[in-house]
Amino acid sequence: MYDFLQQIWPTLWPTLAAIGVILAFVPVLGLYMTFIERKLAAYVQDRLGPNRVGPFGLFQAIADAIKLFLKEQVIPDHVFKLLYFIAPTLSLMTAMFALVVMPFGPVPTDYTSGFRYIVAPGIDIGIMMMIAISSLSAYGIILGGWASNNKYSLYGAIRSCAQFISYEIPLGLSIIGIVVAAGSLNIEQIVAAQSGDFWNWNIFWQPLALIVFFTSALAETNRLPFDLPECEQELVGGFHTEYGGIKFVLFFLAEYTHVVTVSFLTALLFFGGWHFPGLSGPVDAGLGGMLLRTFVLVAKVSMVVAFIMLLRWALPRFRFDQLMGLAWKGLIPLGLVNLVCVAVVFTFDLPKHLLSFTAVFLFVASLISARNLQSTINMPRSAGRPKAGSILSEVTV
Amino acid sequence: MSTETKKVKTVKWGEEPKLGWKEAMYLPAIASGLMTALKHAFSGKTTTRQYPDVEPVIPANYRGVHRLNRDEAGRVKCVACYMCQTACPANCIEIIAAPAPKDDPHWKDRDKFPETFTIDELRCIYCGMCEEACPVDAIELTSVYDLTGMSRQEMIFDKEKLLSVFDETVNSGRDPIRTNRGALGPASEEASTAKQGPPPPGRGRHG
Ligand code: SF4
Ligand code: SF4
Repeated sequence: MYDFLQQIWPTLWPTLAAIGVILAFVPVLGLYMTFIERKLAAYVQDRLGPNRVGPFGLFQAIADAIKLFLKEQVIPDHVFKLLYFIAPTLSLMTAMFALVVMPFGPVPTDYTSGFRYIVAPGIDIGIMMMIAISSLSAYGIILGGWASNNKYSLYGAIRSCAQFISYEIPLGLSIIGIVVAAGSLNIEQIVAAQSGDFWNWNIFWQPLALIVFFTSALAETNRLPFDLPECEQELVGGFHTEYGGIKFVLFFLAEYTHVVTVSFLTALLFFGGWHFPGLSGPVDAGLGGMLLRTFVLVAKVSMVVAFIMLLRWALPRFRFDQLMGLAWKGLIPLGLVNLVCVAVVFTFDLPKHLLSFTAVFLFVASLISARNLQSTINMPRSAGRPKAGSILSEVTV
Repeated sequence: MSTETKKVKTVKWGEEPKLGWKEAMYLPAIASGLMTALKHAFSGKTTTRQYPDVEPVIPANYRGVHRLNRDEAGRVKCVACYMCQTACPANCIEIIAAPAPKDDPHWKDRDKFPETFTIDELRCIYCGMCEEACPVDAIELTSVYDLTGMSRQEMIFDKEKLLSVFDETVNSGRDPIRTNRGALGPASEEASTAKQGPPPPGRGRHG
């Protein structure tokens, strides 16, 4: 036994360490993201935000956590107890599980030396597994909505189900373009393909894929403008209406873990991951280099997170038919055409920067076809409604 | 009135504005939305009031906690005429009048004074009727707005409490603008005899 342990220890400890880092960081990150989000929301709305607990309100997140954990655990009588408890755990579990293949720092190329910044390095189906697992998180929401035995929750759950199914497709399509270009599903190799010059970053020659990816990924996180499963104004609280205290925290944490995952994926797939032009060679050696690279990645990720938070205050929520229309009439065709372009360029060995031009061309094309999209954006007038311009009443003033 | 010409306004069903290319494309609209959000985020302006740290400036005509004014001799100015009690729509003033102690030189020019004077601050609707009714401007509503208490009993203010509100607020420089800083109203004899210039224009009902 001891011998066996000794034998596997060199590969075991980095894995355990990586798991430890993820388990330690994700909840803290989730907590502080709520704080940052509240602060940012406040600044956008010309307010100050939480500023009473600690300097600049920094301990607000901790106070919130304590409050949520000490709350009375209310279990409504009408819920299906087993699923009611499973749902939030399932939600967070799938969200965390997707992080297994996600590098959160510079993964060493030989996978052996010391700390590896990833729980499971060198998985050749990396990105595939990530998508597969993160789509499982729909189960958490659907079970939660169904077990709550409440119409609003069920509506939220059904909405999220439809939303997940629709947006999985453009998400996959946009990633396939990247995968074709890198020639691997392995996230580390996709990142490695973007090292060196700025122009190797995928954003510059697959901007369309970025738009499709980011939009669908945002929809997968259930955040505004795609937060129809939990929109307060229509559905009280959506799928988590009946949840409070710790159970709510789990749902909440799952949402923020998704945001983190999406931000990491965006940075890794499109913005060169931990690579930055000029950051190689001597600066890159040893512990300092590792920290520098980690910093580069974290900086990129924070920018994406900030962008996602800002989007929340810039956009109104989609109407449900618009949501479906955007996926099926907008993103899926765009993703498909983009994929075809990538395939053609790589099959015939054309210069890959041709893709930047095709992206612009596709964009203009979609601009033209957007006029036809208008009919779906403007709801058709129902038959009973009077014609525009007809007289409603005459008022004496 | 009937001679005026009537205007007839026609109300028509409107057409929702058609989305242009920009909106149908989402991205330009998103960009402009983001710009608005960013502009506000970095404007450095805030509408938040840091209430307990920075007290707001209450307008001088605010109707807050009552006070019972004192005259120059430091006596309660109220002459126990029951006008405020009668005027009060919330029935929250209770006065018991007593004849002024004539043998006391301190009170020799007064006939009556309130032995007890209580206002139930919880029942009061802060309408200011008492202030309007008082012929000698003895009762006033100050701009003290943060009135709190631990019990209902505590919120029933007696004469001493009301006089102490006067002592606290009289030098704050924020007297109510509706009355003339305790200057006696036209009904009081003292006012007609006192060498008092005309009150400053535009200040309350005496102005
Ligand atoms: S403010 Fe109005 S309700 Fe309050 S005591 Fe005066 S008259 Fe009564
Ligand atoms: S109206 Fe004025 S003088 Fe008369 S009882 Fe009330 S406070 Fe006193």
